Amino acid sequence: MMNYVFPVLLLLSFISAVATGRIDALSSAVIDGAESAVQLLLRLVSMLCLWGGVMEIAEQSGMTKVFSRLMSPIVGMIFPRLRKEKYALEAISMNITANILGLGNAATPLGLEAMRRLQDINENKTVASNEMVVFVVMNTAAMHIIPTTVATMRGQYGSAKPMEIMPAAFLTSFCALAAAIAVAKIGNRVKSSQDCKQRSA
Amino acid sequence: MPDNFGSYILPVMVVGIVLFGLVKKVKVFDCFMSGARKGLHTVYELLPSITGLVVAVTMLKESGAMEIVSALFAPVTSLFGVPDEITPMALLSPISGGGSLTLFESVLKTHGPDSFIGQVASVVMGSTDTTLYAVTVYYSAIGIKNTRHTLMAGLTADFLSLVLSAFFVRLTV
Repeated sequence: MMNYVFPVLLLLSFISAVATGRIDALSSAVIDGAESAVQLLLRLVSMLCLWGGVMEIAEQSGMTKVFSRLMSPIVGMIFPRLRKEKYALEAISMNITANILGLGNAATPLGLEAMRRLQDINENKTVASNEMVVFVVMNTAAMHIIPTTVATMRGQYGSAKPMEIMPAAFLTSFCALAAAIAVAKIGNRVKSSQDCKQRSA
Repeated sequence: MPDNFGSYILPVMVVGIVLFGLVKKVKVFDCFMSGARKGLHTVYELLPSITGLVVAVTMLKESGAMEIVSALFAPVTSLFGVPDEITPMALLSPISGGGSLTLFESVLKTHGPDSFIGQVASVVMGSTDTTLYAVTVYYSAIGIKNTRHTLMAGLTADFLSLVLSAFFVRLTV
């Protein structure tokens, strides 16, 4: 995917910068971008280590099993083929729990752990499995119940009711999340029926 | 429920997990260290792809391309009753979390958080995540090259959020 996205973004930037006369800004963006990548990564280091450590305790103590059991009605419905893959299901449940609670910083490390476990049971190690597609798509949508960042910023800019948008935000995220899962699953089905045809041909 | 309820979630979770570990007689700090070490390894896997992604996104932001794309998209989004003022922010949000937050701030500053524009912008920001970043990070951490229809499904959801936000704000606020 990035083999297409990367050049398209670069070309688009170059052409628009020339067209709008912002080549100076583009020139400094190249270096600034590389620098802010490292800053972003530094923030990620702390989160990956912190949540990697906390997750390990949760795992050894059997707490992830408890979460997994609590979440299993929802998670089992979304990932029916994983019902027997308890190890992957535990990490997926932890990631979804963190997302729902609005702990974005914890959700990424837990999600990466889930991806690693999905990779262990993936047949082709360079191609995303059906479960991976659904799981990543869920993480590109918002799963939190309370949009804390947005509410805080609304308060800072003098909103009389920072939480007034909550019902609308909840309904919107829910529909978008459902649509994301639906598109991912339809795509999975189209792909696997193509595979069957190829095999039988 | 106390006012700072949100601030309880994180400490309760961390302390709760450690306490549970103690009760179950787990060597909590040894465990913590071995887990944290795994995290360090992940960072090593992520550095190349994140550098590439952030450079490309920073260039895109500075090049003025988003203004051009927004102008192209505005007729489509206004069909669904989305105010033109938030289209640039909404189009940037799947690509750059920080960039769209900056635009969100300027919308709040110019139009006010309680205006219709401010409310729709808040709903869009509250119901989307940085799609391109998530797809890149999740897959590059485990070496997947072919991501199939992940990006398309993610972007469909982002577009739906934008369209639905105006609708649900009219309905509920």
